[in-house]
Amino acid sequence: MNTCTPVIFDERKGQIHRKGESPFEMDCNRESLAGAVSQRACVFCGSRVVLYPIADAVHLVHGPIGCAAYTWDIRGALSSGPELHRLSFSTDLQEKDVIFGGEEKLYKALTELIDRHAPKAAFVYSTCIVGIIGDDLRAVCGRVSEEKGIPVIPVQSEGFKGNKREGYHAACAALFQLVGTGDATGISPFSLNILGDFNLAGEIWIVREYFRRMGVEVVANITGDGRVDDIRRAHGAALNVVQCSGATMDLAVMMEERYGTPFLRVSYFGVEDMAESLYAVARFFEKEDPGMMERTRELVKEELSLLYPRLQDYRRALEGKKAAIYVGGAFKAFSLVKAFRLLGMQVVLVGSQTGTVEDYRELHDITDEGTIIVDDSNPLELSSFLKEKDVDVFVGGVKERPIAYKLGAGFCDHNHERKEPLEGFIGMLNFAREVYSSAMSPVWRFVPRRTGKRD
Amino acid sequence: MKMGHPASSYVSTTNACKLCKPLGACLAYRGIEGAVPFLHGSQGCATYMRRYIISHFREPMDIASSSLGEKHAVYGGAANLKKGLKNVTEKFSPRLIGVATTCLTETIGDDVPMILREYRHENRMEGAGSTPPELVNVSTPSYSGTHMEGFHAVVKAVVDQLAGADEKTDSINLLPGFLSPADVRYLKEIARDFEIPAVILPDISESLDGPSLEDYEKIPSGGTPVAAIKNLGAAPVTVEFGRTLFHQATAGKLLEDRFGVPLKMVGTPIGLRETDRFFDLLCGIRGDGVPEIHAQERGRLVDAYVDAHKVLFEKRAVIFGEEDLVAGLASFLAETGVKPVLCASGGRSGRLGEAIEAVTAGLLAEPPLVREGMDFYEMREEAEALAPDLLIGHSKGFHLARRWNIPLVRVGFPIHDRFGGQRILHVGYRGAQALLDRIVNALIEKKQEDSLIGYGYM
Repeated sequence: MNTCTPVIFDERKGQIHRKGESPFEMDCNRESLAGAVSQRACVFCGSRVVLYPIADAVHLVHGPIGCAAYTWDIRGALSSGPELHRLSFSTDLQEKDVIFGGEEKLYKALTELIDRHAPKAAFVYSTCIVGIIGDDLRAVCGRVSEEKGIPVIPVQSEGFKGNKREGYHAACAALFQLVGTGDATGISPFSLNILGDFNLAGEIWIVREYFRRMGVEVVANITGDGRVDDIRRAHGAALNVVQCSGATMDLAVMMEERYGTPFLRVSYFGVEDMAESLYAVARFFEKEDPGMMERTRELVKEELSLLYPRLQDYRRALEGKKAAIYVGGAFKAFSLVKAFRLLGMQVVLVGSQTGTVEDYRELHDITDEGTIIVDDSNPLELSSFLKEKDVDVFVGGVKERPIAYKLGAGFCDHNHERKEPLEGFIGMLNFAREVYSSAMSPVWRFVPRRTGKRD
Repeated sequence: MKMGHPASSYVSTTNACKLCKPLGACLAYRGIEGAVPFLHGSQGCATYMRRYIISHFREPMDIASSSLGEKHAVYGGAANLKKGLKNVTEKFSPRLIGVATTCLTETIGDDVPMILREYRHENRMEGAGSTPPELVNVSTPSYSGTHMEGFHAVVKAVVDQLAGADEKTDSINLLPGFLSPADVRYLKEIARDFEIPAVILPDISESLDGPSLEDYEKIPSGGTPVAAIKNLGAAPVTVEFGRTLFHQATAGKLLEDRFGVPLKMVGTPIGLRETDRFFDLLCGIRGDGVPEIHAQERGRLVDAYVDAHKVLFEKRAVIFGEEDLVAGLASFLAETGVKPVLCASGGRSGRLGEAIEAVTAGLLAEPPLVREGMDFYEMREEAEALAPDLLIGHSKGFHLARRWNIPLVRVGFPIHDRFGGQRILHVGYRGAQALLDRIVNALIEKKQEDSLIGYGYM
C-alpha cells in the first residue's frame, strides 16, 4: 500500500509544502488546475457569501436557476429581525432571454420583488451568462433605484472572472456604494463596525455582547445580522474591526481611504485570538477611555475562569491526537492551529482555498516540523494526506466531510452550515466539545482504516 | 380537468422547485462504472453541485471542471477542456469521462463534440495511455430545462455515443430514471428474483451509497459497466420508467429505432397499480408468474392499505418535486384514499397533467390541480386555500410545512435536513409499504401531538 503520495499533480508541486523538508516557498493565488477537482467555488460564490446575511435587502440572482438554487438558505447566517435574505430570488433566465437579452426580465423581476417585499435595498448578482450576453446591469439597477427610491446595487460577480477573492472584491465594491449614504450623527466616539463576521449560529451576537461590556458601540454588522440603514451610516464609526483574511478587507481599505476610518485585523476563534482582538480594540480607545482596558481584562478573566476548567477535561482526552485543517480563507486556519494547540493536539496538515504567500508563511511559522501546508487542494491530495498522517480529526467544510468520513476519520464542520457558534470564548468550548465528540466516538473502532480489511 | 395551466403570472422566481440541468447530468454520469463527471464551465458550477449532492447522499462526489477563467470566456475553452481531460485521465484512470456543458460554454459557443474529436486525435498521435477512457458529451445549458432533462440527456447521450449490438445477450435494458440508491438496489433484487438478467442504466446503487473504506477510491465502485452499455443494442427489450417520457425521443426510443430493441414504457412504479404494471411487464418477459416473495409483499401492501384507510381517507396532500416522481406519488396516494389537492413541479414537460390524469382516473372524485414550472412562492399562494393536511416531497418544502404546521414526508431529492435520503425506498410494493408506513405515522403523530388527551393507543 502506498502510504506516502508526495505529489499527485506535478503542476501543483509548488502549492504543497512540507515544513522542514525545504526552505519555505509557496505558489498560490493561481487559477485552479483544470480537471483537478478543486474545492474552490467562483466569483459569484464570494459575493454571495459576503452580502447574503444582509437581512432586509432583496438578493436577486440574475441568471439561470442553478446559481440561486444552490445558494438558497445554505448558510446559518441568523437575523434578529427580517429574514428576506433567506429567500432565493432568481430571474431564472431561459433560452429566449439568453438570445434576446435579459434586461427587460430583470427590470420586471426587480420591480415585482421590491413591490412585494418593500426591502431597504436590493442587490443584483451578475452570473457567468450575464457577463457573456452583456446585459447592462448598472443601467437597469439605476432605473429601478430611481423609480422605487431605494438603493439597487449591481454586484459584478460573473462566476468565471476569477475565484472567490474577486467575488469578495465585487461585494465590497457593492457595500461601499451604501456606506456614507446615511446620517451618522449621534454615534459614540467609542464605536466600531464589525466586518467579516456573518453571524453563523448567532456568533456576531456573542461578539457584540463583549463590545457592549467593554463600552463600545457597534454601528454596523458587516454583514452578519446586517441592516441596510446601519451600513449606510457605517462611516460614522471610529474604527473597523476586520475578520477574515479576504472577504471584507477591501471595504476596510476603501473606508480608510475615503473616510479615514482606521481598521484592525481580528479573529474571534480560539481563546488567544479572541482575547487579543478585544485587547486590540481597548488599546485603540485607551487614550480617550482609560477604563476600557481594565473592563476588557475583567471580561476576559471572567470568561476564561468559566472556560478553562472545562477545557482541561477535553484536553486530557485529546492530548496527542492529530488534526488536519482545510478551510476557505487562511485566517481561520491561524486560529484553528492555535485552538488545536490549546487542546494539546498536533496539527499535521493545514491548507486553504485562497491563501496568500504571507498567509502561508505565517502558517509555516506557527506549525510544527513535518506539517503539510497546501494551497487549493483537491480530494485526491487531501485523502492521501489524511491517510499518510493518520489524522484523527479533520476540520473543513461540507465538501471535505465525505473524504474524512469515507476513510473513517473524524470531521468538524467549520464552515457555513455550523449550527453551534464557534466564535468567542464560549465558541472555543463548543469547538472543543465537537472535536471531543468526534475524536472519542467508539465508531472509529469499526472502520476498515482501524480494523484492516475484512473478508 | 384543471391542469396544465401556466402556473404563474410572476416574472421572478422565488425558492425554485427545480435544479439546473448540469446537476442532473452529473448524477447520471455517477451511475456509470469508472466514470468521472466533468463540467465544461467555470469552477463554481462543479463545486456548488458537489456540495448540493454531497449534502444529500453523504458520499464523496467528485466533479471535475475545466475551470474556465476570463480569458477562456473570450477565446474559447477548448485548451482548458483538453487539459482537464488529460489531467482526469492521468490521475483518475477513468473508464469514461462524462462531459457536460454549462451555460457559460453553451453561450460562448464552444463546439464540444469537435473539441473532443480533436482531443482524441491529438492523443492518438501521442500514443497516450493504454486504454483511453470513453469520452461522452452532452449539451446541458441550465437556461433550458431542469436537472431531470439533464439526467435524461446523459442517459440518451451515453446510449447514442456508446451503444452497439456486438454480442448476443439475454440481459434486458432497464432505464429507471432518477431513483434513490436503495430503489436501484431493490430493482436489481427484483430482476434477480424474476431471473431476468438486466443492465440498469444508470446505476447509482453503490456509487452513491458505498461502504466505509480503508483507501479513498478515486472513483467510487459500482455503476453500469461501460462494456454493458456498449452492448445495449443487443438486448431483447428495453424497459423505461416515466410517464412524462411516453412517446418522447428517449434513450429507449433510440435503442428501438437504431437497433430494433423493443421499448416498453411504464410509469415510475410507485404504489400498487404502477408496480403491478411493471411486474406484469416482467412476467411477460419471463413468461412466468410473480415470484412468491414479491407476491407476498404485494399482499402485505394491500393489507396495510386496509389497516391504514381510516387514517388516510380524504386527507389532503400537496405533492411536489420531479414530474415523474410526482405522478407516481399521486397514483399511490389516490389508491390509499389520500386526496392529492395540488401536484406541483418546477419542471415543464407539458405532460405532467396528462400523466396525473392517467394515474388517478377512476379513483379521485375531483382531479387535483396540476402545476408545472411552479416555485415554492407560488405553491404557498396556491396551496394555502386548499388547506392541506400533508406535504410530500423533498426537504426544500420544509418551510411550508413549518408555516402550516403540517407534516412533510420527505421523498426524492434533495433531502438536506434528514438522515438517510440515499436509502429511502420509493418504488415497488416494498417502496409503497415504506412510504405508507411513514405517511400514516406522520399523520398519527400529528394527531397525537395535537391532542390534549395524550392518547397512548392511536
